[in-house]
Amino acid sequence: MHKFDTKVQHLKYKVLREVARHAWNDTLLENVMDIPKTIVPGKVPTMRCCVHKERAILAERVKLAMGGGQGNNIIQVIDIACDDCPASGYQVTDSCRGCLAHRCEDACKRGAISFDHKHEAHIDKTKCVECGMCAKVCPYSAIVNRKRPCQNACKIKAISISEDNAAKIDDEKCIQCGACVYQCPFGAISDRSYILNVIDMLKRSENNSKYKVYALVAPAIGSQMHYAKLGQVITGIKKLGFYTVVEVALGADMVAQAESRELAEKGFLTSSCCPAFVRYVKTAFPALAQYISHNLSPMGTIAKYIKEHEPNVKTVFIGPCTAKKAEVQLDEVKPYVDAAITFEELQALFDSRDIDLTALEEDVLDNASYFGRIFARSGGLSDAVAEGLKEQQLDAFELKACTCDGIEECKAALLRKSKNVLDANFIEGMACISGCIGGAGNLTHGEKNKAAVDQYGREALEKTIADAVSVLK
Amino acid sequence: MKMKMTVCIGSSCHIKGSRQVVEQLQALIAENNLGDKIELGGTFCMGRCQQGVCVTVDDEVFSVSPETTHAFFEKNVLAKL
Repeated sequence: MHKFDTKVQHLKYKVLREVARHAWNDTLLENVMDIPKTIVPGKVPTMRCCVHKERAILAERVKLAMGGGQGNNIIQVIDIACDDCPASGYQVTDSCRGCLAHRCEDACKRGAISFDHKHEAHIDKTKCVECGMCAKVCPYSAIVNRKRPCQNACKIKAISISEDNAAKIDDEKCIQCGACVYQCPFGAISDRSYILNVIDMLKRSENNSKYKVYALVAPAIGSQMHYAKLGQVITGIKKLGFYTVVEVALGADMVAQAESRELAEKGFLTSSCCPAFVRYVKTAFPALAQYISHNLSPMGTIAKYIKEHEPNVKTVFIGPCTAKKAEVQLDEVKPYVDAAITFEELQALFDSRDIDLTALEEDVLDNASYFGRIFARSGGLSDAVAEGLKEQQLDAFELKACTCDGIEECKAALLRKSKNVLDANFIEGMACISGCIGGAGNLTHGEKNKAAVDQYGREALEKTIADAVSVLK
Repeated sequence: MKMKMTVCIGSSCHIKGSRQVVEQLQALIAENNLGDKIELGGTFCMGRCQQGVCVTVDDEVFSVSPETTHAFFEKNVLAKL
């Protein structure tokens, strides 16, 4: 079974795995320069023009795997890996047959289309507004839209083209959702990794005797690593050296309970679970920031609880999200979460220790309720808030949730709210399409993932939010 | 000094009924008016997952289940106060 969706992810994984392997053995410093050659041995290129370029790019990937890069953004462009894709927008191709109908000309409201002596269409780029109407009506599909996959993926328009034609990220606008990371076909945009911090933390704990390292696992785990059983994944995490594994979904239960109370009290709220959405509200709609729920995210909430109740603990978030790596650096979260890594990186850590999950005994993971677990998919948070209102006898408050699936829908809802024309009292904002199961740090993305998370939810021992959180009193 | 009683609420103990154990202990503490003598808390793992539900009384570890909570409380808590 394939562990990843794309070969780009697989390549990134190989780099992470090799970096981790050396870090465990304390041999990274002397071997760091040789990692590219380990991954691309021999003289025959398999990805680029020559092995030298392949290795030069791999050296950049090694840097990111070690937490390096330029500036502070988690999301980094590897400019030598960028293929400088065409970005000319709508273009007439040689499929244009020079027909008589000229539907393209009629469809263009800007008069941007003219014809040459062979009756073939041309687009005047000084007039074109990239509406795409001409492409839609052409019977030969002769007009195509040449857009860079990264720019297409970035719905908040934080990616432009630099002077040397590579992709460029506006760090002020970027919300670290990782959509471009997942979509770039050349792997030229990638997220920094903090696996070295985690390996170091685990080693220095001396088998959890100096301090205990807790793994906080996001509920999207229910849709991941299907080549093994969830119980085997938990055993694997403990084999890496973690003291125990706690469900972030229990933090989600706590959030659902507190957020439904806060909503009933204030009358209007936006969710605070998705760090990319929260950052988007703060940067693009600062006037609406007052409506963001005051709860920490489920990750922050459960980590805070653990640190306030247990002495000498360190916490590592493991999830599907690149934006969480930025969230753990925020002042209000920093004291509670010591590092964040993705499921991709977890897989690399397993393999760096030659841990074969399928050969392991099954452990158990059961802290949260059904409602905490379904936070991982779009709509789950709204369902949980409705349940929280019901369980706390706050049904008098009529919930009107606006479930925003992906940052484009978030933008539309926030725009309407800013003009006071939003017919809702709660915005569930998820930057990734489908919610966390669509996150860039997942190993795989697929149609069945939503059903998998719902199934994981139904398997929870506790059926209500109140029961799940009752043990925390 | 208050007696410190901690129930493991980690996954393994949770599945074996730690929520019911916590609820019963809370009720027993209330019934016996021991709120000021016993401090009840939770922890996510005691490293003895096979013996769950794990409960510590001061630093002594006990293996309890929802069925034995009452007897455990009488023998190891009430008797020692």
